[in-house]
Amino acid sequence: MGLTAKSSGLNLLRETFNLDVERNNPIIALAGNPNTGKSTVFNALTGLKQHTGNWPGKTVTQAQGYYENQGQEYTLVDLPGTYSLLASSTEEMVARDFICFAKPDATIVVADATNLERNLNLVLQVTELTDNVVLCLNLMDEAERKNIKIDIKGLEEELGIPVIPTIARDGIGLNDLKNMVTAIVNQDKQIKPVKVKYSPQIEAAVEELLPEIKNTLGELSEGLNLRWLALRLLEGDQTILDSMQNHYFRENLKGGVDCYGVD
Amino acid sequence: MLLTQLPLGVISEVVSLEAEGIKRRRLLDLGLIPGTQIIAKRRSPSGDPTAYLIRGTVIALRSEETNLIKVR
Amino acid sequence: MELTKIKDFNELLSNISDSLNGKQREQLRDQIVKDIYSNAEVIADNNVSMQGEQTGIGEKIDDILTSKWLGFPIMLLMLGGVFWLTIVGANYPSAMLGEFLFWVEGHLSNLFMAVGAPNWLHGILVEGMYRTLAWVISVMLPPMAIFFPIFTLLEDLGYLPRVAFNLDNLFKKSGANGKQSLTMSMGFGCNAAGVIAARIIESPREKLLAILTNNFVPCNGRFPTLLILSMIFMGTVGGRGSSLLAAGIVVLLVLIGIAITLLVSWILSKTILKGIPSSFTLELPPYRKPQIGRVLVRSFIDRTLFVLWRAIVVAAPAGGIVWLLANNTIGGVSIIDYVANLIDPFATLIGLDGVILMAFILGLPANEIVLPILVMSYLSLGSMIEPDSADALRGILVNNGWTWVTALCTMLFSLLHFPCGTTILTIKKETNSWKWAIFGAVMPLTVAIIVTFLVNQIFTTLFL
Ligand SMILES: Nc1nc2c(ncn2[C@@H]2O[C@H](COP(=O)(O)OP(=O)(O)OP(=O)(O)O)[C@@H](O)[C@H]2O)c(=O)[nH]1
Ligand SMILES: [Mg+2]
Repeated sequence: MGLTAKSSGLNLLRETFNLDVERNNPIIALAGNPNTGKSTVFNALTGLKQHTGNWPGKTVTQAQGYYENQGQEYTLVDLPGTYSLLASSTEEMVARDFICFAKPDATIVVADATNLERNLNLVLQVTELTDNVVLCLNLMDEAERKNIKIDIKGLEEELGIPVIPTIARDGIGLNDLKNMVTAIVNQDKQIKPVKVKYSPQIEAAVEELLPEIKNTLGELSEGLNLRWLALRLLEGDQTILDSMQNHYFRENLKGGVDCYGVD
Repeated sequence: MLLTQLPLGVISEVVSLEAEGIKRRRLLDLGLIPGTQIIAKRRSPSGDPTAYLIRGTVIALRSEETNLIKVR
Repeated sequence: MELTKIKDFNELLSNISDSLNGKQREQLRDQIVKDIYSNAEVIADNNVSMQGEQTGIGEKIDDILTSKWLGFPIMLLMLGGVFWLTIVGANYPSAMLGEFLFWVEGHLSNLFMAVGAPNWLHGILVEGMYRTLAWVISVMLPPMAIFFPIFTLLEDLGYLPRVAFNLDNLFKKSGANGKQSLTMSMGFGCNAAGVIAARIIESPREKLLAILTNNFVPCNGRFPTLLILSMIFMGTVGGRGSSLLAAGIVVLLVLIGIAITLLVSWILSKTILKGIPSSFTLELPPYRKPQIGRVLVRSFIDRTLFVLWRAIVVAAPAGGIVWLLANNTIGGVSIIDYVANLIDPFATLIGLDGVILMAFILGLPANEIVLPILVMSYLSLGSMIEPDSADALRGILVNNGWTWVTALCTMLFSLLHFPCGTTILTIKKETNSWKWAIFGAVMPLTVAIIVTFLVNQIFTTLFL
């Protein structure tokens, strides 16, 4: 990570999320549904003591910690739990904006293995936003107790992202998780998530909108995830505009750097 | 039938949401989409809210919300 | 040039809006959510196999914990049980710890004497700072070391969301949100934490209600005051019957706190925070077996020691300051006496006395120092009694004119008065407004004065 225009621009942006950019660590985000064990993973990795508890909403503030793997230090961010990233609550906006604008080098989505379907809903929304995603399939002990069997290989294939089964509370699987994150950050592992397939009606509307967005944004559209943006505009999500103003356009003006964005 | 009227323990299916705006978004995000299976699990001591099993998770909803959800 | 982009962008958005009517937009949004969920469904179906339904024991437990007839009684029983365990369990260790710390003090005093330290230095450091510290530690540590682990166990088990489920209707009727019972639970540990926890409530209006009323839950700084006073005034110290009674009194106080929370929420919802209850969606997670060993260690280190440390940081300097106030005079009267006399007429109206009220005011930085300041002021030479004997404490209070009505009013005032300084600052941070922060202190104070005034007038005319 040299101090290129790109990375310094990104650093400016990351500072707005209170990230300590001095350390020049790769940034790793922990996202996931409420009560899936994000803080437990966070504590196990960083040795910190974020409060955990068996109720959804225990973590409401964004916590930061550090851990080391293979000689490199990482900054880990524990995000509030959300069911979706479609921004209908503050937590969802916090989580979305972080993934969108702080551009973590890797995002760990912690999922409840006993309830995959609901958790995949969020996973798919995250992979729409960023490619560097690893699925941490937590609570495997509970799944086993309930006789739930999950085909890890099949899941990896269908999602197009690595899947690591864990029992965070007992520290099981966390080494694999760390190594996978390292591989992603070092680009030893190339990830191409399988994107959501929308119905024809939506796809047509997106196609129609894309040129207009490109036109409006001009050169600024470079590196932006236009398809994702088009989807948000289609559903009339005003919050994404506010967030873009806050994080993207403002920083663009201040730093005078224009070659980073959401991808 | 409205979700509010669904007796405990009966398996039913979401038909439509009458809610609008942010309320609709939240309910959708919880997975309450037409076709989704839903079962009323238990009522709180005073009769409201009621806990429903929705896509593998037990979620409590008030009658204000369940009055806006049609099921069959 | 870029500034115009966002405008263009907004324009683009409104263009799209205009081209779609409300129904179409809703349909698009519905379709997007639906498509993502169907993708998830397919992937889950393909890769998950489930053998045998999960008819867990959890459901049976839930049937009982949220049942029509048992739901509320069990909650009360739990609350009472936790307090009773705390009272009974803390009694003996408190005495031991007190004895030990005051044995240390004796040696400290000897040391100061041996090196020929001046009297005032010994006064500030040993009689002021150390004694307050010793008091705070011996009185607060044992109950917290019992209360927090039990509470954390319940939390880890998954009981809290059930409480919110049971209570939501009450909160709804007062215009608030059932999740407020979660923030209140956090408030038992620390009101500042309770205020931050209010972020789980989506509606800004209901969040504000939860923030402003969190004070009515006694945090660990005020909890020992309630415990001790109910132990020494509501039952004779020692004996099993009295600890049950004391626990009952504390439960009653907590219930009063809850009732006032609901009442205040209701009044605010009808006046300055007008609005109807928004939605309530709360997940009831499956019960999980807590890791008892880890819970014990963690809750002791993270919560108990953390809170104790905070108390110590405030208590030591406060002890020094109070010693100075007690040992410097204005016209022959110590500053403490002077101020106490000044506010005594008002304090008497609400069932307290000048010294008690002053202790509450001085306790603004941290509520846990109220009782030590109080006792230190009574023994105006700045010498505090040894906390190893609750009887001795009772003696001092009674000698200074306390009746059980005084104790009751002091407990009520402690329960209601105002949150500590840290909490007020946290309210400022969370609401981004000094107006609400000040309101969050003045409103409870008003409530406290009204309640103690009424209680004092009614009970003194009726019984004394
Ligand atoms: N059995 C089991 N329990 C776990 C595991 N991981 C976490 N837990 C428990 O699950 C509960 C929730 O864990 P948290 O780490 O607080 O979950 P979170 O995702 O941070 O939750 P929010 O902050 O509310 O979004 C706690 O009671 C943990 O002890 C696991 O692998 N197995
Ligand atoms: Mg958490």
